[in-house]
Amino acid sequence: MVFRLLRARWRHGSQAVPDPTTAMPDPMFRGFPDIAKEGAPSAEMIAACPGAALTVNPVAIDLGKCHLCGSCARAANSPIRLTNRHHLGQTRRDALIVTAGTSFEEYHARAEKGRDEIRRLFGRSLKLRSVSAAGCNACEMELNATTNANFDMLRYGIDIVASPRHADAVIVTGPVSANMADALEDTWNATPAPKLLVLMGACAISGGLFAASPALDRRFFKDHAPDIYIPGCPPHPLTVVNAILHYLGRENGR
Amino acid sequence: MPPMDRLLLKNRAAIPFDDLPKISYQALGDIAVGCLCAALRPVALFGVPEERHAESVRIVALFADDAQGTLAVTSVSAQRGATVPSLTPSIPAFHLFERQLWEEFGIVPEGHPWLKPVRYPHDGHPPRRIEEGYRYFAMKGEESHEVAVGPVHAGVIEPGHFRFLCDGERVNHLEIQLGYQHRGVERLFREGPLAAKSTLAESVSGDAAVAHATAYAGLVEALGDTVIPRRASVIRAIGLELERAGIHLGDLSALCNDIGYLPGTQLFAVMRTDIINTSLVLCGSRFGRGLLTPGGVNYDIDEKKKERIIATVRRIRDNAGLLAASIFDNQSVLARFEKTGSVDTATARAVGLVGPAGRASGLTCDIRLTHPTDAYADHPFMKTILQNGEGKAAVSGDVYARAFVRHQEIQDSLRYILELLERLDAARDGIIAPVAPPRPDMIAFSLTEGWRGETLHAAVTGGDGGTRRYYIKDASFHNWFGLALAVRDNGVSDFPLCNKSFNLSYCGFDL
Ligand code: SF4
Ligand code: SF4
Repeated sequence: MVFRLLRARWRHGSQAVPDPTTAMPDPMFRGFPDIAKEGAPSAEMIAACPGAALTVNPVAIDLGKCHLCGSCARAANSPIRLTNRHHLGQTRRDALIVTAGTSFEEYHARAEKGRDEIRRLFGRSLKLRSVSAAGCNACEMELNATTNANFDMLRYGIDIVASPRHADAVIVTGPVSANMADALEDTWNATPAPKLLVLMGACAISGGLFAASPALDRRFFKDHAPDIYIPGCPPHPLTVVNAILHYLGRENGR
Repeated sequence: MPPMDRLLLKNRAAIPFDDLPKISYQALGDIAVGCLCAALRPVALFGVPEERHAESVRIVALFADDAQGTLAVTSVSAQRGATVPSLTPSIPAFHLFERQLWEEFGIVPEGHPWLKPVRYPHDGHPPRRIEEGYRYFAMKGEESHEVAVGPVHAGVIEPGHFRFLCDGERVNHLEIQLGYQHRGVERLFREGPLAAKSTLAESVSGDAAVAHATAYAGLVEALGDTVIPRRASVIRAIGLELERAGIHLGDLSALCNDIGYLPGTQLFAVMRTDIINTSLVLCGSRFGRGLLTPGGVNYDIDEKKKERIIATVRRIRDNAGLLAASIFDNQSVLARFEKTGSVDTATARAVGLVGPAGRASGLTCDIRLTHPTDAYADHPFMKTILQNGEGKAAVSGDVYARAFVRHQEIQDSLRYILELLERLDAARDGIIAPVAPPRPDMIAFSLTEGWRGETLHAAVTGGDGGTRRYYIKDASFHNWFGLALAVRDNGVSDFPLCNKSFNLSYCGFDL
């Protein structure tokens, strides 16, 4: 019996991603949008965009709203191409808007780092408390995946904890329903300062494809400014890990 | 002569709304009695506001005859705020349906033993919002106490509230209060063109994105009478089975984790990563997002992709089989899995369990077999019954059975994917067909067997071809109550294990 288990174990080898800061997702992955300067999105493309992320004036995609569904990029004669560049984290809401002609490097250079105090306190140890608030559970599964044997975010001292009392940051997934609004506020209040607010996924950042629903209550974000925005639908685990590392000034993992 | 009180349909059929038979609520009860002797299964009961009379509601009831492969549909007219005699006391599977009718339309089922909110909808009758003061069931006794958990859980888990009524360590009952994830999904389906809702469908329950996208796309196609290319139907089925295998692997990992069997935790988890990364190769998303669109699929499988999928699927099939074999004859594992969280066959049928949880309790429900469409109809999905320790299918209804059924389904899904890939070469009719707009004044039903079980999307179109009602029933709808029954008489500390063996959706329930 134990030999069968050993055989099963041996066949797997090592599955850990050797260096999450340089690893790339498969070329099929839909990430940073490359928008050509020439050409404009058609009315059909705008109408088909589920997150109302695509605009004509100016020609741009708001990654705070974009579900990276690929619909605009698949349309005929589209000026948009979704690359597999996945280091998409930002620190300012307006920095998530990608206008025509913006290169990935320009986009990435906009991401700021946390202030010195934050980097000193949390640079080597950051504990996250997750609040799942009316999303679809895919963001939650990718957040869970950051700690699995493949991505193993714990190697950087970043972990997910069970209580807000033990947390340095609250990471929100989902558009925040009226039914979850109080629980989010309570969790935030139970987390000791100084603390970070991290938004993961298009839904958390803007309400995403649920933005127009009267069942949401996003007043929490009027009072509390997010520190890190992690776009995607759901964001790839590598996107999550790298957004946090970058904020902590550890973009090369050290 | 077929009975006049109901209309018989096939899965993915659309019929004129006016063709629905109209019967009384009592007569509905007479049909529903068929559910007791297993001839029929209640699939859905939902209200449709009448187009010209805002105060009138048409209650649509859908049953499945799994032996015949047909669906039976009928309807009842009622006024908002009316009172009807509750069917729940005789047919327990109606308990949530009737609560939902009451919550959404104010239709009161008189004699309902448990008339409490389902999901606190923002657009209910009256509109609701979760607040303090919910009346939980209570229990009195020397040793009795309550354990309250959630809505925010200890892990990265969707929100919900669990209230355990315990005698010492023993759970007498678990009351599950949901609604925290309610974000108005059905309403968003009604706004704008129905054919543009793929991303929304994938977000009903993102861990079952392909299942919901398949049910949704099938519905749009039924409403417009669109036939999709055979190649597209094969690719859809590959996506759906990858999703099933991926989740089952992840859940076996989590089950091992909950009993502290760490080799299982880690090895099943890395196998899940391999499978969901194969979905990424297929369509650009580890969750199969973007694969489906009404009319077909957005991504084809070329030779290179095919080779990659075959290699991964074969490897995982062998490795998962080997690992499962070493787990299911390990006494320390079995000691924790066996006789934990049992639901017997009669109870499972009474509350309408579906999917692997239903099958683990001895029910035969599986839409792929009983109401197949597309690839599943062209190339029948066959089940192999893997031999367990006793040389027969696991139907004991406990954590062991639910785990063993998952193991069995991983093997079946991966084998079916390999069979489907072989059929790709013969199906060269493209991946997408033009989609006709939904016909006006129709009602359609689309059932898909997702990894959690039966997934229903239904819609009623208006005179202008717009969507009057969109109705979703995730497999979790009935199964949450199954979990509540499973933990009765178990130690409260076994809850995580029971819970993981079901792994139900909060967002798919709350909508
Ligand atoms: S990829 Fe983003 S911008 Fe393009 S259609 Fe989808 S959601 Fe809209
Ligand atoms: S961003 Fe996408 S994956 Fe995340 S909760 Fe919203 S719909 Fe789900």
